[in-house]
Amino acid sequence: MLHVLAQAATNPDITPGLTAIGRGIVYGGAAIGPGIGIGLVVGNAISAMSRQPESAGMVRTTMFLGIAFTEALALFGFVLAFIISG
Amino acid sequence: MRILAIDFPPISHAVEWKTLFGGDTFGVNKVVLLMWLSVIAVLAFYLVASRKQQLVPVGIQNVAESAIDFIRNGIILQTIGEDGMNYIPFLLTVFSFVFVCNIWEIIPGAQMPVNARIALPFFLTMIVYFQYHIVGFRKQGFFAYWKGILFPPGVPKALYLLVSPIELVTDIFSRPLSLAVRLFANMLAGHLLLITFAVISATLFAIQWQIVILPFSVFLLIALTGFEVLVAFLQAFIFTILTAVYIGGAMHPEH
Repeated sequence: MLHVLAQAATNPDITPGLTAIGRGIVYGGAAIGPGIGIGLVVGNAISAMSRQPESAGMVRTTMFLGIAFTEALALFGFVLAFIISG
Repeated sequence: MRILAIDFPPISHAVEWKTLFGGDTFGVNKVVLLMWLSVIAVLAFYLVASRKQQLVPVGIQNVAESAIDFIRNGIILQTIGEDGMNYIPFLLTVFSFVFVCNIWEIIPGAQMPVNARIALPFFLTMIVYFQYHIVGFRKQGFFAYWKGILFPPGVPKALYLLVSPIELVTDIFSRPLSLAVRLFANMLAGHLLLITFAVISATLFAIQWQIVILPFSVFLLIALTGFEVLVAFLQAFIFTILTAVYIGGAMHPEH
């Protein structure tokens, strides 16, 4: 531990490490909300389809639309993680 | 990048290709060539399919007709309605072109989705963007269209302070951005996923060829290749259906 700390003190260039941590935090944070959201969308679509199988086509189209709108936020995070550079 | 003693290529190696000919300004690389091939493939497919039209379709005409039927029943009737039938050619072109550009991701020898570079999704989005705004101007008139967007009916007067800026940002900035970035990021993510598992499989194969059957290597690579076919189709479908939703919204204002 002390050895690592001493090395860190003598080698002040920590930018690549911080960049990597930042990328991980950006994508990880951006994926939380859409993960929950897509789960809600698909779960409710499945229960709607099983209650009324005759409306399955309409529900499926709307489900894909909902997934697309929800997923966009996670994808912004994915792109932003690549844009971040040290 | 070196993770767990496996050398992964940096992202620039995964998506940047060297210029084959054409100089600095109009350089043509593999991605542009694949895009040209997609144009030729879509054009040739529909020309061949419509050459000998029969009442009972066989072969390639059957495939083309089921594609048109999918656009008509699966997209237009669900989003725009009966009066959107004029948009079958436009939406069919968008769907076919985006799908062919995506499917290069898993075709051996090409293995590069054209939409994994932002240029093509952004250009397609600009076409869609001008298309649905011009449809709105034509159907409703310039000022009525913007009034319908900025001041949606049925909202209490005081809330317009909050709603109008959000609607303005949504319509001018966030809709086209999310349409382009959705397609781009999905294809880029799929491409990187396939590269990751291909690199893992190749490294294990080089160490000792029997251990390539370890979990998370070659079988997952094969399964993900199948999954990417689904993603390529789904992203083309979502791009087309969102185009149809935006056109439908411009044609039918809320009451």
